[in-house]
Amino acid sequence: MIETKPSSPGSTEVWITGIGLATSLGEGLNANWDALNQRRINVDEKNFAPYIVHPWAQVNLDAQIPKKGDQRQMEAWQRIGTYAAGLALDSAGVKGNQEILGRMDMIVAAGGGERDLAVDSNILNLEARGNSAPGFLNERLMNDLRPTLFLAQLSNLLAGNIAIVHGVTGSSRTFMGEEAAGVDAARIALARIAAGQSDIALIGGSQNGERKDLLVLYEFGDFNLKDRFAPVWARQTSAGFALGSAGAFLVIESRAHAEARGAKPYARLTNVVADLAHRKHPGEVTATLEKLWSKLGKLDDNGAIITGATGAEPVTSEERAFLSGHPDFAVRATGTMFGHTMETQFPLGLALAALSISRGALFPPNDSTGLEIEMSKPPSQIVVVGAGHWRGEGMALVEAIR
Amino acid sequence: MTATRDKFGRPVVVVTGMGVVTSLGSGKTDNWTRLTAGESGIRTITRFPTDGLKTTMAGTIDFVPVEPFSSTDLSERLADIATEEAIAQSAIGSKGDFPGPLFLAVAPVEVEWPQRQELGRAIGQSLQTDVNYDAILRVSGGGRYTQYHRRFLFGSVADHLAETFGTKGSPISLSTACASGASAIQLGVEAIRRGEADAALCVATDGSVNPEALVRFSLLSALSTQNDPPQAAVRPFSKNRDGFVMAEGAGTLVLESYEAATARGAKILGIVAGCGELADSFHRTRSSPDGKPIIGCVRNALSDAGVVADQIDYINAHGTGTPENDKMEYLGISTVFGERAKQIPVSSNKSMVGHTLSAAGAVEAIFSLLTLEHQRIPPTINYDVPDPAIPFDVVPNKARDARVTAVMSNSFGFGGQNATLILTREPV
Repeated sequence: MIETKPSSPGSTEVWITGIGLATSLGEGLNANWDALNQRRINVDEKNFAPYIVHPWAQVNLDAQIPKKGDQRQMEAWQRIGTYAAGLALDSAGVKGNQEILGRMDMIVAAGGGERDLAVDSNILNLEARGNSAPGFLNERLMNDLRPTLFLAQLSNLLAGNIAIVHGVTGSSRTFMGEEAAGVDAARIALARIAAGQSDIALIGGSQNGERKDLLVLYEFGDFNLKDRFAPVWARQTSAGFALGSAGAFLVIESRAHAEARGAKPYARLTNVVADLAHRKHPGEVTATLEKLWSKLGKLDDNGAIITGATGAEPVTSEERAFLSGHPDFAVRATGTMFGHTMETQFPLGLALAALSISRGALFPPNDSTGLEIEMSKPPSQIVVVGAGHWRGEGMALVEAIR
Repeated sequence: MTATRDKFGRPVVVVTGMGVVTSLGSGKTDNWTRLTAGESGIRTITRFPTDGLKTTMAGTIDFVPVEPFSSTDLSERLADIATEEAIAQSAIGSKGDFPGPLFLAVAPVEVEWPQRQELGRAIGQSLQTDVNYDAILRVSGGGRYTQYHRRFLFGSVADHLAETFGTKGSPISLSTACASGASAIQLGVEAIRRGEADAALCVATDGSVNPEALVRFSLLSALSTQNDPPQAAVRPFSKNRDGFVMAEGAGTLVLESYEAATARGAKILGIVAGCGELADSFHRTRSSPDGKPIIGCVRNALSDAGVVADQIDYINAHGTGTPENDKMEYLGISTVFGERAKQIPVSSNKSMVGHTLSAAGAVEAIFSLLTLEHQRIPPTINYDVPDPAIPFDVVPNKARDARVTAVMSNSFGFGGQNATLILTREPV
């Protein structure tokens, strides 16, 4: 297999200068950091039973999406993402700076397709009662669908809303494809800045996990965690993921661009690599992760790993086999604390890595199996890992700036 | 034609393979013949009942059977067909082993009505209760519908293409709405310019004509309702235009660095000289009334290519035939091109193939490259009532021979998406 060549060595250094988090644990960096340190987890085991989801911690939307009209034009996943994107721009100190926002590039990792559950259910019920005339479906859809729902279903309309609400307009690209979309958003944005094709970019994603239509898609493959919550590493006998709700965005920029505007970095985004194992034979994911690890750059001993491991099988066991080859690394699984936020899980991992580095500590383990070990020293390097529940593997190296 | 780098020192990006399928037919030969004959691929929909719909025609592709139908399955089949043609022409790599990454423009994937109705029937049989999403969840698991998980993941078409054609690395599925096809090409161009890859496979596909998709656009008042005759429905730049017509299609381009292409003796079909983009923050479905984002996008593309407007001698318009788009496209082009906007040929392929949505940017890039190859400009058909507010030379109704060295191809989409490509015969 011929590799695609990595970006040219010695290229531009890229800093993470903004982080926006709005998750099931709360809004902003302090709330999330405190919750992680208190090992707090926010799950709803009742409203979607037997399925478990991590509900979004409600915020005052007006703080980042001032116009009610804008809020109404979005569904929950877009409001969550637009809100978190605003936090990231605030954090980077570029909110409202039209000169910068007008040339800021944006890559959003998105799903979409939010349904109107009542409309769908009503149509299926009427059909079950014998309404099968040609055109029945057309007539109901023409009458029952809200015209604006389409705009909440289109994947690229999270980016569209961020442009409208926050004025990010240099470019607008939306990547789809579940977990890998989040990896590739970071990978492409980094490569563009490193190569001088871009100076500054907003990257990230969002998911609303409180969606029965989304649960249906994953239930087709028996991927949903049911009945009882357990940490990601303790799900071997009842594999699956609990859908999470989160928006996670980062502002990344060239070091020169950051320094010129006096921006302070949280961390350096040194490398992002990705691949697609076809997963036809046992061990392919383990081997792919090991290969990606070898491409990250020089790694010090006794480092840290933040992984988006899902709890789904067989991929989580394959990842565990990879991790067992690096036993001196302190591992943290974001899926335990935040649930599985799909496209957003990798940006979330990047955000927590940069936050940990900037706070001089890795947050504590939250795991009953002993896989996650304590880390006492301040992390200088954190590897972010993402292996999709069905497809896609990625890795990033986030480093302290000395 | 010896420089392997452009005036900015970047690798020159060339096209060595193209494949296309639209409502006009499969393959470049059929498409070009019918396109330059001014034929329309728009027809009355027969795939599903159209009772109760305001729009009953579309540029469907009915000659590629997909049973049971889903838009994602059709998108995948169309992408296969276009990609096989492109790779065969390029003769790059070996079968199932394409030496570069995949960039795929694809419509957002979702569970569709036939599957939803199947679940509804299963609930009736096994649960005998009312249908709601709790009941749907109860019948969805247990392995009975595993194939729908695989099918309706957003990444499923890209996974299939990556495996079938052996592209390298993580395949990217992207959506920039109706600019997606151009964005896929732009991502490929950027990867080659960065030196990450010597070749890239850029695919764009759309098989979206299903009842709900049609209703969605209809509820936004975006579609033409001039159903009879369907061939006359799309009327870009005409005074009596009333909307776009949904259509299906796929386009694939094999991009390579000039250096890699010449080293293996590949025939060069054209150059992707420049790409521009700029987002619009005015409204979710409408362009900023001052046209600044479109103007900026076009200028970005010219500047990326290192050319000036005077060097462009044909514009392959976005030209959807909606009242709004065509007016804004004229404003954008006339601002950048000045008085020349009235002389330069500007035609809309969509007058014939309809709006292939996620595929349009790539399909129209291919038609632009064929325009360069054949030195013949496809017409804008159904142009009987000129709009005095849009004094373009739209190449009305009949194809025209012309000297064409550089083409601008525009793509604009919902969500403030704007992308423009500059395509040339020789490096500029």
